[in-house]
Amino acid sequence: MKSARALCRCVQIRCVSMAVEMRLPALHKHVSITPSQSHRDDKHLVVPGDVITSDTGFMRGHGTYMDEERLTASVAGQVERVNKLICVKPLKTRYNGEVGDVVVGRITEVQQKRWKVETNSRLDSVLLLSSVNLPGGELRRRSTQDELAMRDYLQEGDLISAEVQSIFSDGALSLHTRSLKYGKLGQGVLVLVSPSLVKRQKTHFHNLPCGASVILGNNGYVWLYPTPEQQDEEAGGYYTSMEPVSRADREVISRLRNCLLALAAHKVLLYDTSVLYCYEASLPQQIKDILKPEVMEEIILETRQRLVEHEG
Amino acid sequence: MAAVQVSEAEKVYLMHGVRDGIRLDGRRCEDYRHMEIETDVVSNTDGSAKISLGHTDVLVGVKAEIGKPKPTVPNEGYLEFFVDCSANATPEFEGRGGEELGVELSNILYKVFNNRHSVDLRSLCICPGENCWVLYVDVLLLQCDGNLFDAISIAIKAALFNTRIPKVRISEDEEGGKEIELSDDPYDCMRLNVENVPCIVTLCKIGHRHVVDATLLEKACSVASLLISVTHKGMVTCVRKMGRGSLDPESIFEMTEAGKRVGKTLHAPLMELLQKEESLGKKRQKVGFLG
Repeated sequence: MKSARALCRCVQIRCVSMAVEMRLPALHKHVSITPSQSHRDDKHLVVPGDVITSDTGFMRGHGTYMDEERLTASVAGQVERVNKLICVKPLKTRYNGEVGDVVVGRITEVQQKRWKVETNSRLDSVLLLSSVNLPGGELRRRSTQDELAMRDYLQEGDLISAEVQSIFSDGALSLHTRSLKYGKLGQGVLVLVSPSLVKRQKTHFHNLPCGASVILGNNGYVWLYPTPEQQDEEAGGYYTSMEPVSRADREVISRLRNCLLALAAHKVLLYDTSVLYCYEASLPQQIKDILKPEVMEEIILETRQRLVEHEG
Repeated sequence: MAAVQVSEAEKVYLMHGVRDGIRLDGRRCEDYRHMEIETDVVSNTDGSAKISLGHTDVLVGVKAEIGKPKPTVPNEGYLEFFVDCSANATPEFEGRGGEELGVELSNILYKVFNNRHSVDLRSLCICPGENCWVLYVDVLLLQCDGNLFDAISIAIKAALFNTRIPKVRISEDEEGGKEIELSDDPYDCMRLNVENVPCIVTLCKIGHRHVVDATLLEKACSVASLLISVTHKGMVTCVRKMGRGSLDPESIFEMTEAGKRVGKTLHAPLMELLQKEESLGKKRQKVGFLG
């Protein structure tokens, strides 16, 4: 009993005070840098049931339907017009894949010659055995032994980064990891945001100057991981290091994670510059405070101002 | 509860982080997430409260009805708990999917409140052996992101604080039968003393350390957790071990002490917040569900 009590005392010294914060809820305010309404009128935002136009000369695209000669929106989002085609791009939707997109997905099933990957789309995506790299970069026909060894490479629950190779007729995506930069992901943190918030860019793999790397998947899955030291020999995802990550790197990754959640909560487009500005704006705050509503608003306001200056 | 898939590498990263004292969102091992509490959100109940703990949303409603007391304790009222896992939280709760979790939660709540000190049950008695107040506490899970027990217990305490039970008068009529009269004045009611209502603290064991207020991802990486309900004085009313893994006696002791310490510090800010909310009175801006 004495030793247990001594243990208890040691525990009390080691664990410093805990923090509990309770408060009354407050109404969320819209954070915008221009106080006038014109900023919002530039984007034609609609909700389901809103009439877009009564003009019958337009062709109707995705997200719209004809209701008694009037073009009505069926999803909540922004109206886009290309010549005669009107469509509504929804704000919150499942990921609709395009060929060439970079996605981050999780393996859900191991089937006979392929893996089923969950990518936040309407159907699970498919990763064929013939679309992955063999160790050493060999190019050969896949044998039955390769089929039996599938689970040794990718198991249920593993995360991968891949590119969309083609789309099946039912809308399911076919992925491939045929480059050394794609493959199984190692230690890191996954953040889920809406796919419409990820900006389409030339490259989705960024090594941020703050000390971590990020993969902004087009499907809304963002992967944060510590920058690997040696960049020359890419194993292609066959070897995942289980070495403990340093505390400094962890703090950077946690801060980035909270910043991403803050950006997503305020519907800011995600790309390397916006993530970096948000990170820099959050530096004076403690990492766990970033998710408090008023701190989030402050950080997002500063980020938006810097982004406008950067573009201007 | 809604299961979340996690890869081996993510699990290793998370466990090393907990060992170093820094979790995925930057919290320390014994920090709670941002909590927002509001009472009096449902108008047709006698008391209600809504809590958001990170992404976990719980709504509690308390209704007081007149019923017959239990035969073994004729001069006490009692509480009935019911937990409803709404399909809003996750599609797995659709139909009867949430029933198992709901029953488990209700049973633990019964165990936590099954003592003489938590709620003064004698004050709920109207006429010994014949009539008493029965408090039906209904819990609705709106969103699930880990740490359900803590959120539910805090919401129940807030809802019981908010509960207004109308005052009754017993009068004799001609044949000698008793008649119960409720007062017409809506403000003439009695309040419960919630000083001794316990709060539940769930500690999940990840690696060799334990964390408080675990998210679903952290729960997926832990093999066992300990649930302790603690009053504001540090008295423990219920201890329950959950999960498939094992806990050795030393870590149980360590976790119990940590749970008592954390649990004691939950009560003071909560009571302060509830008093502050009540003092705002009519000036309080009601946020409700569309905040």
